[in-house]
Amino acid sequence: MKKNILYALAGIIFLGFPLVVRSDYYQHLLILALLWVIIGSAWNLLAGYTGQVSFGHAMFFGIGAYTAGILAAKFQVSAWWGMLFGGFLAMLIGLFVGWVCFRLRGPYFALATLAGGEIFRLIATNWESLTEGMVGILIIQSFRSKLPYYYIVLALAFLCVYVIHVVMKSKWGYYFVSIREDQDAAESMGINTALYKNISLLISSFFTGMAGAFYMNYMAFIDPHVVFSLHYISIMAILVGIVGGVATITGPAVGAFIMVGLQETFRSAFFGLAPRWTSQAHALVFGLLVIFVILFLSNGIVGDWPKIKRNILRIGLSR
Amino acid sequence: MAILEVKNLTKDFGGLRAVDNVTFRVEQGEIFGLIGPNGSGKTTIFNCINNYYPVTSGNVIFKGKDITGWKTHKVCHLGIGRTFQVVKPLSRMTVLDNVTASAFCRSGTIREAQSEARKMLDFCSLLDQKDKLAKSLPVGGRKRLEIARALATKPELILLDETAAGLNPSELTGAINLIKKIREKGITVLIVEHIMKVIMTISDRIHAINFGQTIAEGTPSEVANNPGVIKAYLGEAYAQGERY
Repeated sequence: MKKNILYALAGIIFLGFPLVVRSDYYQHLLILALLWVIIGSAWNLLAGYTGQVSFGHAMFFGIGAYTAGILAAKFQVSAWWGMLFGGFLAMLIGLFVGWVCFRLRGPYFALATLAGGEIFRLIATNWESLTEGMVGILIIQSFRSKLPYYYIVLALAFLCVYVIHVVMKSKWGYYFVSIREDQDAAESMGINTALYKNISLLISSFFTGMAGAFYMNYMAFIDPHVVFSLHYISIMAILVGIVGGVATITGPAVGAFIMVGLQETFRSAFFGLAPRWTSQAHALVFGLLVIFVILFLSNGIVGDWPKIKRNILRIGLSR
Repeated sequence: MAILEVKNLTKDFGGLRAVDNVTFRVEQGEIFGLIGPNGSGKTTIFNCINNYYPVTSGNVIFKGKDITGWKTHKVCHLGIGRTFQVVKPLSRMTVLDNVTASAFCRSGTIREAQSEARKMLDFCSLLDQKDKLAKSLPVGGRKRLEIARALATKPELILLDETAAGLNPSELTGAINLIKKIREKGITVLIVEHIMKVIMTISDRIHAINFGQTIAEGTPSEVANNPGVIKAYLGEAYAQGERY
């Protein structure tokens, strides 16, 4: 009951936000945060729930972005079609990536996906006739105001989280977690682990691809350095998942807001209040945060919320 | 009718021949024991039956069908359930979820799977612990969870790999009774075991191996009196009849 009230409240806040907060800057931050809700949740499905930790989710993001971009730049089709095709193309690439990488486990799978992300970045950089290489793709934005973009990404984020919620409550949810816990036991229990790992990857890559296509439409400019980035996309997705809480539904959503908030706080040097060098410190802070989370809150903020409540209470009581 | 036939099964790991030309038949409804010293290849045979390891040569025939090389999950769907010697609980799932995941092999909906899971947990005396995380179970509970999971796939043949290891005497009696109950359900049991009290009392027939090769097959008393078995398990001195 309490949870439903919380969700309803959150819904109202999100729906009304851009109507109340008119600043472009803050609307942009919210859009970014919602984008990371999608990417983080999608990554979490594959990594947190199915146990296949991908270090290459930028692959799918970049493919979605370039699908939209190439449709617009090369084929004179509206980049919005990229939202549809980007998701499907990312899924197709996902199947191929799965076929190669799923024969590997644990850290080897992670390394293989990391390599995959880098391979696509290099392809995009060098295949200039298709992607314009490092020049990137520039399109004209469809809307002047940020409002339509905000509501589109909000709808996408809601859809992504809802789909993952429904999937995890179903038989597939049991299967994904069984594979994570012990793939060999799962196989002996009659679970076609190869099939279900791929299903998880398909859903994950689809939403990440759509997020990439949205990014193309919203930012109106992409280049391989950003959308296929190991640092800005793949690692960020992992951070969002870990900090928020792997293997929880709302964890990545919480993580997205925290990480985007932190990133912006540092990039703007505490919104102008701190000395200039702090704008370079976000990587350091991210690193420290991840260490802290792994040591003390390994289930993330959402997963370890009871533990956080207990300790805050303790600190309060000790006065 | 033989429910399972293992014919000339050979498994090599590089230069090491772990299973060497082993052949045996398991009749429907019997409890068939597989004994041998540690490292003799018993678990490897199990792993070959459900293709957890691919066989090097030889055949595995289940209910007349050659299933050699079939994917492990298909072998499970066909009707062979197995437990692992080193138990593999799905640690961060509850006991009920562990067995429910398994029950989906035969059930379509979550409700059916959960109800089937509850029945199997009850059968294995784990129903009162259904909401505990699997990792919080002590070893006896984990062994029973392995069995409950295998049973939820409604097997016709169940492979039990050292399900009595590490149990105290009262748990041991419980394990023996559970295996008898499984047979009463009509499930054929192929059991690997070290504990003589268990395997000698419940098996109808026993196949003994050492260094991957068959050394004896027959009823428990025949096998127990076989000099090759005595030498393998108890040492040369006992085989020669010396007394200590």
